[in-house]
Amino acid sequence: MEPLLTVENLRIELTTRDGVAPVIDDLSLSLNAGETLSFVGESGCGKSMTALALMGLLPEKVGRVASGKILFDGEDLTQATPRRLREIRGNEISMIFQEPMTSLNPVFSVGEQIAEAIRAHQNLSRTAAWDKAVELLDAVRIPNPKGRAVDYPFQMSGGQRQRAMIAMALACEPKLLIADEPTTALDVTVQAQIFDLLTDLQKQSGAAIILITHDMGAVAEMARDVIVMYAGRKAEYGPVDAIIEHPRHPYTQGLISCVPHIVSDMSEERPDLVEVPGIVPSLKDFGRDQCLFASRCAHRTDECLAGRPPEKHFGASQIADCWHAEAL
Amino acid sequence: MTDLLNVQNLTVRFEVKRGGAFGKKAHLYAVDDVSFTVKAGETLAIVGESGSGKTTAALAVAQLQGAYAGKVELDGQDILKVEGEDLRQVRQKVQFIFQDPYSSLNPRKRAEAIVREPLDSLSGKPAAEKDEIVAGLFEAVGLRREQMRLFPHQFSGGQRQRIGIARALATQPELIICDEPVSALDVAVQAQILNLLRKLQKDFGLTYLFISHDLGVVQHMSDSIAVMYMGRVVEHASRMDLFGNPRHPYTQALLSAVPTVDRAKRAAQKRILIPGDPPDPVNLPKGCRFANRCPQAQDKCRQDEPALVDGGQGHRVACHFS
Repeated sequence: MEPLLTVENLRIELTTRDGVAPVIDDLSLSLNAGETLSFVGESGCGKSMTALALMGLLPEKVGRVASGKILFDGEDLTQATPRRLREIRGNEISMIFQEPMTSLNPVFSVGEQIAEAIRAHQNLSRTAAWDKAVELLDAVRIPNPKGRAVDYPFQMSGGQRQRAMIAMALACEPKLLIADEPTTALDVTVQAQIFDLLTDLQKQSGAAIILITHDMGAVAEMARDVIVMYAGRKAEYGPVDAIIEHPRHPYTQGLISCVPHIVSDMSEERPDLVEVPGIVPSLKDFGRDQCLFASRCAHRTDECLAGRPPEKHFGASQIADCWHAEAL
Repeated sequence: MTDLLNVQNLTVRFEVKRGGAFGKKAHLYAVDDVSFTVKAGETLAIVGESGSGKTTAALAVAQLQGAYAGKVELDGQDILKVEGEDLRQVRQKVQFIFQDPYSSLNPRKRAEAIVREPLDSLSGKPAAEKDEIVAGLFEAVGLRREQMRLFPHQFSGGQRQRIGIARALATQPELIICDEPVSALDVAVQAQILNLLRKLQKDFGLTYLFISHDLGVVQHMSDSIAVMYMGRVVEHASRMDLFGNPRHPYTQALLSAVPTVDRAKRAAQKRILIPGDPPDPVNLPKGCRFANRCPQAQDKCRQDEPALVDGGQGHRVACHFS
């Protein structure tokens, strides 16, 4: 089967005061219909930039695709005209944004906002689009959808707003849904509801999902494949189960073990959490010909500072970009 | 060990107007008849979702929010009643670490001035001694002395939270209230701050009241836990009891909702979904506040509100059917 989305050697550059920085540096991936791929990493690692690039929404004049291809359904999106991109956005590829509080328009009712997305892409009358919006609100399990469609965003709770966002994203039955930290602003029980909803909707529509998050637990629950991003580069890429079982990149190991997870074999003893010292490098250090994680890594050797680490393959499809991946 | 903090029947209410400026006045009970205790040198975590009243309860304990009724005893002294100079003494003993390190530091002050402020306003120590204390605190929280002259914007998020921690430590408090101290930080930085908090607790014999919605963090940090829902404590137990044997349906749902990387746990647990939203806090329904979302609710739950009762070994639950 031809993958729905293939990204080949994508490089995205941002122009900053300190010069041009590659926020995405040589990223390749592929995603089949009906599957879920997850991006994890700390803030400032290029997760959201990747999403914006896929949507053709890179900040104007500042960001550009320097090289590489984004093949969606056989079409290269990096070459597409703005008009064509507008057709695709919200129709074939749609996005759920991080903050349901700020990404809805406060002066329109949620029903109007969902209907707007439908009318932009489908030739429907106002009333037909409105009816469809109500149907969608029902599909995302908002109680009394007919009555709630006339509500403004401020009249809804955080979870309901996020569900309204999902309804909007699903309005035109997209083939690819990008969810950028869809649950970070929400409580855990609401997060569980949203994940449950996304999984169900995916089963029904067969859409592919890209889930951007910083929570390894959420990745384990939702995704089949994962890309661990660090400073604009992929650190590790492969099936979620294999990577959680045996992470080959020290950054992945750090991300998994630095978070206190709820475990089944809890004991009275609580060893200190594994620390990943330091913070993500600033943009001006991106793109150097060395391992960018080296400054925070416990396994650093001279090799790491001398050149960018090569891809090393493990098993069927696990790839780690680390000089010492075999030893880890 | 003795209880350092003993909170009895604490109630905090806010006046709200319904239906415009001339609407009827009503009261929202953000914290409603809440009791809990914290042993000296230990950590009590208060968990709950947004709007459950956990932060309001903490603010009331720190006297940053007036309480409507109840008692807050610190070392046997009811601190809700104290005023003036006595209150200043109490404030030295109770300090606060805030959630957002970006907005809780004054951007126009240097780091050393921020850390020194509680000393200036609460203690009468001579200037030379204060300088020494501030320098010592910078070291204790893992910052360099050269950084004392910098402004908050020159620090990263994790470093800023370290300044907030140093400030809370300045008056050598007995109780530190940590209100979501790591939720605004990146995952890798969270671990650094959590380890620091545990180290400081050991070194200085601190008692923490730890507010969080992240159950993984709570499991790691706490000795006992109080779970809040809609202004009430629904379950209060030791760490091992609460995570090993949660008895309130809300606690069970909360624990099952946390995504986990532990494969054995994922396979073993079934996620308990609680549908719907919490009730309107101004018009609370009769009976148990969780009844409308509870998978085990029965008629009795919609009639009588369950009290928090001890089911043995200090494991207290507010549920008719636990």
